[in-house]
Amino acid sequence: MFKIIKQLTSVVAMFAVLFAFSTETMAAKKSKTLENTKKRGFVRCGVSQGLPGFSNADESGNWTGIDVDVCRAVAAATLGDATKVKFTPLSAKERFTALTSGEIDILSRNTTWTLSRDADIGLTFVGVNFYDGQGFMVRKGSGIASTSEFKNGTSVCTNLGTTTELNMRDFFDSRGISYEPVVFEKADEVVAAYDAGRCDTYTTDKSGLAAQRTKLSAPDDHVVLPETISKEPLGPVVRQGDSVWEDIVRWSLNTMIEAEEYGVNSSNADMMKTSNNPAIKRLVGAEGELGAAFGLDNDWNLRIIKQVGNYGESYKRNIADTGILPDRGPNELWTKGGILYVPPAR
Amino acid sequence: MNNIIKKFLPQILAILFVVLIFGFLTINAQTNMDNRGIDFGFGFLSQESSFDVQFSLIEYSGSDSYARAFLVGLLNTLLVSFISIIFCTILGVIIGVARLSSNYLIKNSAAWYVEFFRNIPLLLQIFFWYYAALRALPLPEKANAWFGVTYMTVKGYYIPAMVWENLNVFLYCGLAAIISIIVLRNYANNLRDTQGKQIPVLLYSIALLIILPLLSFLFGGVSLEFELPQLKKLSKISYIYEGGISLPPELIALVLALSLYTSTFVAECVRAGIEGVSKGQKEAAASVGLTPNQVLKLVIMPQALRIIIPPTTNQYLNLTKNSSLAAAIAYPDLVLVFAGTALMQTGKAIEIVSITMLTYLTISLTIAAIMNWYNKKIEIKEK
Repeated sequence: MFKIIKQLTSVVAMFAVLFAFSTETMAAKKSKTLENTKKRGFVRCGVSQGLPGFSNADESGNWTGIDVDVCRAVAAATLGDATKVKFTPLSAKERFTALTSGEIDILSRNTTWTLSRDADIGLTFVGVNFYDGQGFMVRKGSGIASTSEFKNGTSVCTNLGTTTELNMRDFFDSRGISYEPVVFEKADEVVAAYDAGRCDTYTTDKSGLAAQRTKLSAPDDHVVLPETISKEPLGPVVRQGDSVWEDIVRWSLNTMIEAEEYGVNSSNADMMKTSNNPAIKRLVGAEGELGAAFGLDNDWNLRIIKQVGNYGESYKRNIADTGILPDRGPNELWTKGGILYVPPAR
Repeated sequence: MNNIIKKFLPQILAILFVVLIFGFLTINAQTNMDNRGIDFGFGFLSQESSFDVQFSLIEYSGSDSYARAFLVGLLNTLLVSFISIIFCTILGVIIGVARLSSNYLIKNSAAWYVEFFRNIPLLLQIFFWYYAALRALPLPEKANAWFGVTYMTVKGYYIPAMVWENLNVFLYCGLAAIISIIVLRNYANNLRDTQGKQIPVLLYSIALLIILPLLSFLFGGVSLEFELPQLKKLSKISYIYEGGISLPPELIALVLALSLYTSTFVAECVRAGIEGVSKGQKEAAASVGLTPNQVLKLVIMPQALRIIIPPTTNQYLNLTKNSSLAAAIAYPDLVLVFAGTALMQTGKAIEIVSITMLTYLTISLTIAAIMNWYNKKIEIKEK
């Protein structure tokens, strides 16, 4: 009797080991998030509650912006259709919880990549789609031309739950200036409060200032000060623990940037299949088996370029042509004097 | 034996059920957090918060800990609740009594007031006061002085600050006045019960309350000066008042909305309480020769309060919990500072939300305990 039990246990144990092993290897190739996304038929993407140029909805509910385009690229790569995205507008306060709790699968919401966010709270940043820095906006009539002219008692309007809140403390503290932070949950409320004269200055990322300025009652009466007080690399974020999904999002973004580098855009992508340059051929799926590495077909990157366009197209469409930041500044390719530089897709 | 099983089995099962559910929830949360690489722990409370808060009752800066930021938020919540409870009580009693007035105009205005403020959602009222009413106020440099020394501006209400010398002497005198009033009352009650003599306790009490602190000014070396708010230029076109105390518009809007809204419910409680005392009581009291004031104070109110207190307690609890809507208008209460900024900066959602929930629970239970104690005190004691 005892012998039988012993044998039985060893058999069970063997199966258990086998089973554990097999799930382990399965997990390496399969992404739970990708599976669920395919089953659901759309990508769940968290965006801002309205930041022109980054993620903004028009009257009919169509989302546009460079943050939106990252999610569209992922939808094009995984589902074959860039329109199959469900956008969830989130406040700065809600965004990480929405991602970690599994309500969304990508957070593409002008979110700054920092050590504590990356390491502490179950998130993984996959790259940078906009290099930004924090600045201040003041009324032109105030005559303030530099942040060094701020005086004790300045009231500052800003958003809740952002790196902005921390940077401005560093900034004012290091200069020994006392200030009154007035923090709102929604960007629109910040703009309204600043517009009404509740605050002397409005601080957030400079791109945000440029975009929000258009919402003020008299945009021309306001000016963004030249100083940049922080580094704000903004990029898409995914949940920690699904490395395949993480790779899909990372390389969807990288594909857009690399496509611009090699001059591949939405209109010439199909023709590029016959290019002499193997790097370009890999980029449009005509050479190599790049998609297989994360369980996608070989046209995944071609679809991104055809349906969403390369990074330059996205920037032009969303940020330059809308008059928010016509000058690309650091967000130019490394080959053209900027700092956009992505690892090679090979 | 059978009886014991019958008695305890359902209870044991119920406890088991609760324990199992909590156990399941804990394990579930644990697994999900492990899967997502989130640690659980309260160590963050001692870390440097590195953010500032607009308005704080205690010394606080970004180099203080998250625990202190929690305290700042908690005190701000208590402050706004405390002020609003006082205002809503005063207003509620006035409106409640006015609804019972025999004057047609007073009675109907009070009824309209109640129906109006009670039936508009609180959040909307907060938005109205903050975004419509207070935003329309003038900029600091254009503000007119109210009462000569206070300024109502879009950046807040600036009032003079009191600068005390020997404040403790003044406070001791105030305490002495209160103690002597209690002694006097007991003496007067005793006198009334044993000899049937009445002395004007109220008059003496007021006199004591004024004279004793006044003496501290004359002989105790206490002095009080006012620091007036002074206009200061920040830039060519922006100004601010310095010196004095500034009450942020967020606080004012919140107090206005909370006290106006809750006062309607308190008014209805007061009305219900007074109407709940049967008419016969009033007539009987009048027939033994009590004056109308005495009837109200000695016969009606003691009975009405028994009906008023329990539902009013509920309103106080509601008000305190409703104060969490502060986050909508940038008033740095517990929710905005701790469950907002601190949560965002640390990412400790489960820890912070549970601390916040427990804190509100504690505040509510404390208010309930105080009101229950008061209710016990005023309930009719059978002799």
